[in-house]
Amino acid sequence: MSTLASSPSSGPGSAVKQRPAPGGFGLASGTTAALIAGPVFGALFMIVFGVTLALFSGEPARPQVGASALAGLAAALVLVFTGAMSAPLRRAVVAGAFFAVLMVLSLGAPFGLALTASPLWQLAGLAVLVGLTMQTLWLCLADTPAGRLRRYDFEVALIRILKGVGYIVFTVFVVLPFYVMVMTSFKSQASLLANPLDFSIDLNSDLVSSYTTLFTEFNFGTYILNSAIVSVGTVFLTLFFAVPGAYTIARLRFRGRDAFANSVLLIYMVPAIVLVLPLYAVFSQLGLRNSIVGLLIVYPATTIPVALYMLQGYFRGLPAEMEEAGLMDGLSRLGVIAKITLPLSLPALASVSLYVFMIAWNEFLFAFMFLDDPSIFTLPRGVASLNSSELPRELMMAGAVIATVPIMVIFLWLERFMVRGLAAGAVKG
Amino acid sequence: MTDATQGPPRGAGALEKREARLAFILLAPTFAIVALVVALPLIMNFWISVKPVMLADLRPAEATINERVRADDTVAPGETFEIVYTLRNTSPNLPVGRAGFTDAIPAGVTLDLTDDRCALADGTLTCAVGRLEPRARERFEIVATATEAIDDPEERYEATEPAAQGRGQNALLTFNFSLENFTRVVNSPEFWSVLWTSIVYAIFGTGGALLLGLFAALLLNNAFKGRAFLRGLFLFPYVAPVIAVAYTWITLLDPNSGTLNAILMQMGAVSEPVNFLGQRTAFTFSVFGFSIDFPMALTTVIVFEAWRYFPLSFLFILARMQSINTDMYEAAEIDGATPFQQFWYLSLPQLAAILAILFLLRYIWTFNKFDDIFLLTGGAAGTRTLTVDVYEQAIGLGNIGAGAAVAVVVFVALLLFSLVFFRFTPKEG
Repeated sequence: MSTLASSPSSGPGSAVKQRPAPGGFGLASGTTAALIAGPVFGALFMIVFGVTLALFSGEPARPQVGASALAGLAAALVLVFTGAMSAPLRRAVVAGAFFAVLMVLSLGAPFGLALTASPLWQLAGLAVLVGLTMQTLWLCLADTPAGRLRRYDFEVALIRILKGVGYIVFTVFVVLPFYVMVMTSFKSQASLLANPLDFSIDLNSDLVSSYTTLFTEFNFGTYILNSAIVSVGTVFLTLFFAVPGAYTIARLRFRGRDAFANSVLLIYMVPAIVLVLPLYAVFSQLGLRNSIVGLLIVYPATTIPVALYMLQGYFRGLPAEMEEAGLMDGLSRLGVIAKITLPLSLPALASVSLYVFMIAWNEFLFAFMFLDDPSIFTLPRGVASLNSSELPRELMMAGAVIATVPIMVIFLWLERFMVRGLAAGAVKG
Repeated sequence: MTDATQGPPRGAGALEKREARLAFILLAPTFAIVALVVALPLIMNFWISVKPVMLADLRPAEATINERVRADDTVAPGETFEIVYTLRNTSPNLPVGRAGFTDAIPAGVTLDLTDDRCALADGTLTCAVGRLEPRARERFEIVATATEAIDDPEERYEATEPAAQGRGQNALLTFNFSLENFTRVVNSPEFWSVLWTSIVYAIFGTGGALLLGLFAALLLNNAFKGRAFLRGLFLFPYVAPVIAVAYTWITLLDPNSGTLNAILMQMGAVSEPVNFLGQRTAFTFSVFGFSIDFPMALTTVIVFEAWRYFPLSFLFILARMQSINTDMYEAAEIDGATPFQQFWYLSLPQLAAILAILFLLRYIWTFNKFDDIFLLTGGAAGTRTLTVDVYEQAIGLGNIGAGAAVAVVVFVALLLFSLVFFRFTPKEG
């Protein structure tokens, strides 16, 4: 269950009360934990919500990070030194200390804005900032007294602080690019150049103009269709080849079985960049290069090995007795595969299909090298064609959104299967 | 190999033969497509790498013919005029064999065939020159005498298009080998720095992704509300198409209209915009008397790599953590081990095998990665890796032979890594 932090007995409150802390001050004390947690969360939350405020309201906010760090420090110290108070009062005092110090040090302008500038946004930002800082400090330090701590309890407090920082930093790190992608696609180049921080939604302007342009002038409807054809086609071709192959490796006995199974994995390690030049040369001669058919030859060939590997592992786990019963009752081997093995393997087939679909949908290198004709572009190739200094940025971002949304919807909808597929095939990517 | 544990009688019985035949039939299609699209191109890549071929040579050499009539506007009977044919081999370095042309000669003239390379039969002029050297041209001046009055002879005689003949060699099929590609590639001043960049990128990209993945897995190891949501969120960077997220990072990091620079400037962290992707060196610092240039663009693509691929390590490490037996932690708890001690002495040794395997596999795949750097910087500003160099040589500079030679270097490096790694890979227990 747990590798780091909270053991069963160390929920807020319990650990410390069971083991009274030795008196006096030392390096491993609640005060030290407060000295770390206060400034870190004060500064971190100020950066996050200050920037969020700037992005939402479009105001030129200048978050007072230093003031917020000191306010956080004051609040954390208040928290560890008021252990005797009742919980609601203590929370109020902590929040009050944070708010008071922040307002005094930032001269009444915590976000560096005049009070008249978007007062509602500022008020909401301030409330969230104060509330979350207080709550986070509470979760980290509520049961940590100011005095010296046993090493165990000090580390528990430290780990809570680290985890808190981790949740915030990771979420921002992952979300920020996607947020910028979506919001840029709603803006215009001119307004972004004027103020790159203004992502406020102006409902009076034509928000989806980039999207309309892409669908009317850049054929993105066709690109979506092409991508769908290529991806679904790749899934079916891959399964068509990989299912019998995987079944053979899992169940049938023949000379060279292990060698074959291992060579499948080796082929999986061959990088695409080594294959792309010869395939380019040969497909040019055969007239397959600038065609959907060419992609439908290359994509399955790169996905069959991994599908084969994933499926044969699953087939091996199925009870052989059922298949033997089928054989006894007069089914042929192919009949066994179709009537017994496949129905039992639907979850594995779903995982493999989704993984293969994702690879084909996202594939860039072959599509970029092979396709010249805009009428057969796949989405990644289409988005690549938007990367030009003559086209505004928001078109490129709208294209990126169009390419990302379908795969994300499928991912969120079928996450269970997708995660299993990723975990099985994820050594490559 | 027949599997002894499943114990069929030794010697090939009829049943066993039938099973082997079925196995062969089921595996043959997979084997064929993988051999055609992976194994064969791999061999062809070696072939191309020892041939001096340019991208333009992929089309076989051809002879082209050009016809010009030198005459007055009208020609009276008995007057002469000249028809000039030019036969050219457009290929810069391949000869055309059995070159020649034919042209239909309309009625109304007699040709004065002094040129012994040409002959006239059934109103068709046929000329042959045999072998035409690269870039060579042959001129044929044929004097025609009108037997009737001809209005606008140019139109009349140029209306019938001459047809060139000749068998051009395909540059890829000659037996003309040289190691010139390799000497050119290895002797180029950039080669060693490109190789070094590849290795640095692979090591730090993999290490970064692994560390982030480990930290993310630690964050989500304990059950809490919203864990499933965060797990889905943390997979976003990997599931989204590479082109979409790469272009988003370009937008985000843009020095003029990028959000990140705007945030940093607003906070006062930097005084002027940082060109994250376009700057080879941001600043120079010195360690122990060595001055080191901080590689800005390379660091950025490494951060991108870590951002995009940490979800994979995260999934694997989380799965391994969840399978660790919790008894161990309870025992450690009773013995008074602190959380950090538990992590260091219990969790980390349990995770060592999966971390090592992930590092090795991901190292190889990061080394092979092309899309990410190509899309982010195109290999500029000190970020050119071997894989980007393959593209640059083959398509950018049009020297497909040199590109294939770099691809061979990639492949050989990969083999070396695999040999070393699989020798020292710990076996997952």
